[in-house]
Amino acid sequence: MAIVTVPRPRPRPLSPHLSIWRWRSPMAASIFHRVTGNAMGFGAFALFAWWLLAAASGAKAYATWSHVAHGPLGLIVGIGFTWTLFQHMASGVRHLVMDTGSNFEIHANRRSASATFVFSVLMTALVWALILAR
Amino acid sequence: MQRGTELGRVRGLGAARSGVGHWWMQKVTAAANLALLIWFVVSLLRLPGLDYVTVVLWARQPIVAVPLLLLTLSVAYHFRLGATVMLEDYIHREGTKVVAVTMLNFYVVAVASACAFAVLKLALGAPGA
Repeated sequence: MAIVTVPRPRPRPLSPHLSIWRWRSPMAASIFHRVTGNAMGFGAFALFAWWLLAAASGAKAYATWSHVAHGPLGLIVGIGFTWTLFQHMASGVRHLVMDTGSNFEIHANRRSASATFVFSVLMTALVWALILAR
Repeated sequence: MQRGTELGRVRGLGAARSGVGHWWMQKVTAAANLALLIWFVVSLLRLPGLDYVTVVLWARQPIVAVPLLLLTLSVAYHFRLGATVMLEDYIHREGTKVVAVTMLNFYVVAVASACAFAVLKLALGAPGA
């Protein structure tokens, strides 16, 4: 039996198109979901391990962690990863809702995408207000 | 020279039959992460501070050590799935992609093991050690 080579159809258009786009809240939420997720995996997850290992290694090792964490770098990284956590959490919950087939109506979809950013900024402000107030 | 049908050529190259499993575990670990991370943030905020004695005494309790272990495992699994898709999307050379995904797996297992070891040492280690 001869092997049939099916002719390739003409190249299909790629989506999303690489050069025709503009910022909208749903695509921003999508991009930030990926960026924040990977940033936390490569950054915050390793810092979490450092914190736990420092605590498990003794007072001296913990003092090194504590010194960095309570310095200006610790403050910037701490606030940064607090925001990435709440941003990823909010857009992740939005994804879970969309997985059920809801929230695809364009205006509701845009509103929920914008809401993830409002939520993450407010939660970051709340958490750091509580930390800095004590 | 291309041989066979298009279906025949793509078989074994993609997520056929395993894509839903990847997606589903991403969702399961997402739900677990949501619950565990809310617990984690609230628990840390309820501590008087993050000094050595406070953290060690806190982490030593079973009610803390077990969620910390679960958090480590769920985050590791969730991150591994998400970062794999990211690498598959952006790296187009097959060899580079395989190396990158393998390195990712090494990284995830190493960090998760370090976390798990630290949690167990805190929880099971001799007091004051």
